[in-house]
Amino acid sequence: MIEVKNISKSFDGNTVLHDVTTEFLPGKVNFIIGRSGSRKSVLTKCIVGLNEVDKGEIFFDGRNFTSLNKWDRRSIRQEMGMLFQGAALFDSMTVEENVMYPLRMFSKMTKAELQKRVDECLERVNLSGKNKLYPSEISGGMQKRTGIARAIAMNPKYLFCDEPNSGLDPQTAIVIDNLIKEITVDYNITTVVVSHDMASVIEIGDLINFIYQGNLWWRGNPASILNSDNKEVTEFVFPSAFMQEIRDALRQGHK
Amino acid sequence: MSGLFSHIGRYSILLGQVFTRPAKASEYRRLIVDELDKIGLQSLGIVALLSFFMGAVVTIQTAANIDSGWIPKWTIGFTTRQTMILEFSSTIVCLILSGKVGGNISSEIGTMRITEQIDAMDVMGVNSASVLILPKIIAAIFIFPFMVIGSMFLGICAGAIVGTGQGVISLTDYIYGLQYYFEPYQVSYTLIKTVVFAFIITSISSYHGYFTKGGAREVGQSSTKAVVYSMVFILLSNYILTQLLLL
Repeated sequence: MIEVKNISKSFDGNTVLHDVTTEFLPGKVNFIIGRSGSRKSVLTKCIVGLNEVDKGEIFFDGRNFTSLNKWDRRSIRQEMGMLFQGAALFDSMTVEENVMYPLRMFSKMTKAELQKRVDECLERVNLSGKNKLYPSEISGGMQKRTGIARAIAMNPKYLFCDEPNSGLDPQTAIVIDNLIKEITVDYNITTVVVSHDMASVIEIGDLINFIYQGNLWWRGNPASILNSDNKEVTEFVFPSAFMQEIRDALRQGHK
Repeated sequence: MSGLFSHIGRYSILLGQVFTRPAKASEYRRLIVDELDKIGLQSLGIVALLSFFMGAVVTIQTAANIDSGWIPKWTIGFTTRQTMILEFSSTIVCLILSGKVGGNISSEIGTMRITEQIDAMDVMGVNSASVLILPKIIAAIFIFPFMVIGSMFLGICAGAIVGTGQGVISLTDYIYGLQYYFEPYQVSYTLIKTVVFAFIITSISSYHGYFTKGGAREVGQSSTKAVVYSMVFILLSNYILTQLLLL
């Protein structure tokens, strides 16, 4: 479990995260949602330690991450996997080398063991046989799947996904969503997904954190977000007149 | 002024991270070999071309300017040797390499920064500064002196070929000039300078790449800054080292 307690963050004197407190549960897909510029990515970067928080604490299964120095954080970091918005694959390496990278850096596996683990990870994301291709030679969806394979290579306890569906067509987005959900459940990972894609949230979300102007504005599950009366949440979930009509029709149906 | 101190501070902190004890030595060995190829072997062509023509030009220029019976012909060989050993093969070659190697390093690391590849390393717990920069520094410090020695040799040979080919000096006079009042310490001096220049080029270029923010335009700007600052610091350190080592 990841616990975030009262964290604040500012850039050049401008506070962008205000006293955020929440928790992310293991074996669940925990969403951080919000409009563009709501600072959901800043929150995620604070949690993984890419941004230092000004105030507050972050606990990974009871271990205070914020109190550790850069070097002592490594042991917790090696339990993290992260899928970046643009996949962030090392473009000078093949698909196989990308997935192998964290294993080569931190494990003491033999060559044969490394290869076996890489093949397992690639098979898990349905990329068997693509080992020798470079990131520039595969599609955006495949890049995302390679990113997931790299993120799970070290058997992480925590998986972070920053906009996993951005730039993907709806069908490929569903494939990625299902993959994230399956991995989360199969390996009992604490998964945190940053997104503004409501289809993903409803499809695979277990817990939702709605960020508004750097504040944790609302917290709940997919069922409750559809029925929320919170003005900002409603505007985000049902942004158009068409969507609002659907919501009203759904509510009428429930009555 | 505060900007300057900020740069010095960040550069020092970055070097602190770079020289932290490597997590996995075998991985670094592989990376150093890669960098020896990228930084060294792939620059051999330009260094050889420059050195050959500079040696040839210095010989012709000297011959053209000492067209007097009072100055012996072997001065041409002597001047070519001194020019190649003392300044051209270390300072000028490193200035050229700051453009080729420095620009390359800065744009490579800068692109990794803006495409979140460095963030990906950091999240994994990899010391990105050390993994990306230390192999480049070690490779350059190791390979640059060999390139400079090769440059001296080629320049001096080019002088002999052009000088004797055009009939401005006999091979005997040229060799006499090469051997005249030769101080081996001057080679040591130029190699010491080369090691310092190698460190300047790789560390300053890496620094500018590592702290790139933004997009393609900023990567280009970082690359330009890397080349300009490397050149400035090469010239500055050349002056200081010459004062310290030769006077």
